[in-house]
Amino acid sequence: MSQVKTKHKMHVSAGDRAVEIVCYIIYTIAAFLCLYPFYYIMINTISANDISARGDILFLPQNIHFHNYISAFRIEGLPQAFKISLMRTVLGTALTVFASAFLGFMFTQEKMWARKFWYRLVVATMYFNAGIIPWYLVMKTMHLTNNFWGYILPAIVSPFNLILTKTFVESVPKELQEAAEMDGAGVLTVFFRVIIPVIKPIMATVAIFSAVSQWNAFQDTLLLMTDTKLYPLQFVLYQYLNQASSLASLAQSTSSTASLAAAAATTQTTTSVRMTITVIVVLPIMLVYPIFQKYFVKGIMIGAVKG
Amino acid sequence: MSKKKLYSFKLFLLVVPFIVLVLLFCYYPLYGWMYAFYDYKPPKDLADCAFVGGKWFASLVSSDVKIKQLIQVLKNTFAMSGLTLGTSWLPMLFAVFLNEIHGVKFRKFVQTVTTLPNFVSWVMVYSIAFSLFNSTGMLNSLLMKIGLIDTPILFLQASTHVWFTQWLWLTWKNLGWAAIMYIAAISSIDDEMIQAARVDGATRMQIIWHITIPSLLPTYFVLLVLNVANFLNNGMEQYYVFQNAFNKDYIQVLDLYVYNMAMGSGGYSVSVAISMLKSLVSLVLLFIVNKASKVIRGESIL
Repeated sequence: MSQVKTKHKMHVSAGDRAVEIVCYIIYTIAAFLCLYPFYYIMINTISANDISARGDILFLPQNIHFHNYISAFRIEGLPQAFKISLMRTVLGTALTVFASAFLGFMFTQEKMWARKFWYRLVVATMYFNAGIIPWYLVMKTMHLTNNFWGYILPAIVSPFNLILTKTFVESVPKELQEAAEMDGAGVLTVFFRVIIPVIKPIMATVAIFSAVSQWNAFQDTLLLMTDTKLYPLQFVLYQYLNQASSLASLAQSTSSTASLAAAAATTQTTTSVRMTITVIVVLPIMLVYPIFQKYFVKGIMIGAVKG
Repeated sequence: MSKKKLYSFKLFLLVVPFIVLVLLFCYYPLYGWMYAFYDYKPPKDLADCAFVGGKWFASLVSSDVKIKQLIQVLKNTFAMSGLTLGTSWLPMLFAVFLNEIHGVKFRKFVQTVTTLPNFVSWVMVYSIAFSLFNSTGMLNSLLMKIGLIDTPILFLQASTHVWFTQWLWLTWKNLGWAAIMYIAAISSIDDEMIQAARVDGATRMQIIWHITIPSLLPTYFVLLVLNVANFLNNGMEQYYVFQNAFNKDYIQVLDLYVYNMAMGSGGYSVSVAISMLKSLVSLVLLFIVNKASKVIRGESIL
């Protein structure tokens, strides 16, 4: 799309001015509503816990300390949950990106046997759904319940990501592949040597979508896993939100005993533990998001045109 | 076999592993619909369970209590989807007026910040809701401090306005992201048309009404059609994390009901029966709206 920015230095009417002022006000409120909750939680995790517990931390942190974060990682099960979250994000993303790129390329190969049929077979899965319980029951028969691969295998082929990459591959000039084939390159060599280098932008988009969805996934744990060792951060946090008091004592028992006054400020409360874990889970997304925003936008645009 | 044929087969073999994954995780679960016709009791194999035919389907409407419950669930589903559908023009409006702001930096900032909630999970949203609105949360301690209330208000345990508050959370999470498509569409509107209108003395509101919105309507209709097709599919994650003993009657949408039936009370077979009906209705809806879109706009969405 062409982004021609022309400055209109025309006389603006009072009505037009009013429209713009109202817009500024409304969008400032919208931005505040979206940002403040994250900010509120963040400043409360680094403020003295006794002040925070009184509800006094609204706009600026007070008596900044980082004990909440140090003790969060002493909570039993949390480092393990972090590891699971990280593993499923890294492995799941890598496999999805590879599968999407490879299939996106292969489904442009007109010589493939029954190509259209197989492509439709994959894409059709976007429009129907057996339902979660039938899905759970067959996952169980395949022994993918209480199994780490239950997080990974179902996510590898994603029709949405496939459409994204296939559309992108189609925009690559056919001559590139033809020239390589003249030099004797097989289809795999073409894919790895010729196609991958030029479709990197769309692979980045798929990587971001997939990483966010793996990091945020909750429902599959709920359905498939009862083994607490396989719980990711999202699930552990959800449990903490629902079981109240035991949590704070869990964190406290492991923190060192200091003088009483200091203890009040740094002693973990249920609320402080919850908020701290929330920040730990949200922070990676907050950090990565602004950098990759353009990839998201590109992805949704291609998806919108083709989907 | 000819060499050409062999090559075309070789290409196919390369994608077979992925086709197998799709068959296993997307098509094989359809076989799971079989459970709806058996009296399935978890530790047993399906083969050892009695075939009961349409018993579970009949049981859905067998007693007044069950009918009442099902009607309530359908009401919730229709209300939540209806609210979303009824306000589906909001993202368009959001994009249109955001475009009216001349400060590019401010516009980019708003766009970035308002799309952020889309990328946090529902558990995170609930956690945020918890921090702000539970009995010791931000809002309650603020209201108590300035003396407006003496006892905390239990926002999250409320059994009133559940549909509305759930819609609010959904909108908070999705609005900015849904607007992106329209923002991109706006930037592709022919600038000369707008300038010409301006020369003719059109005000901003006139330009919005006669140029911007009409050029966004095609995008809007495609999304609307998809929304209608997904009328019964609210997903369960949002409602699952927000549900509690107090709001349960009003928050249970079909997807959550299916889950609660199976995992909560062990009624696997009956919940498969419901989810089977739901999937079939959704598929029919999809074909109907696709057909309607073909007839009305001459364009199919599938």
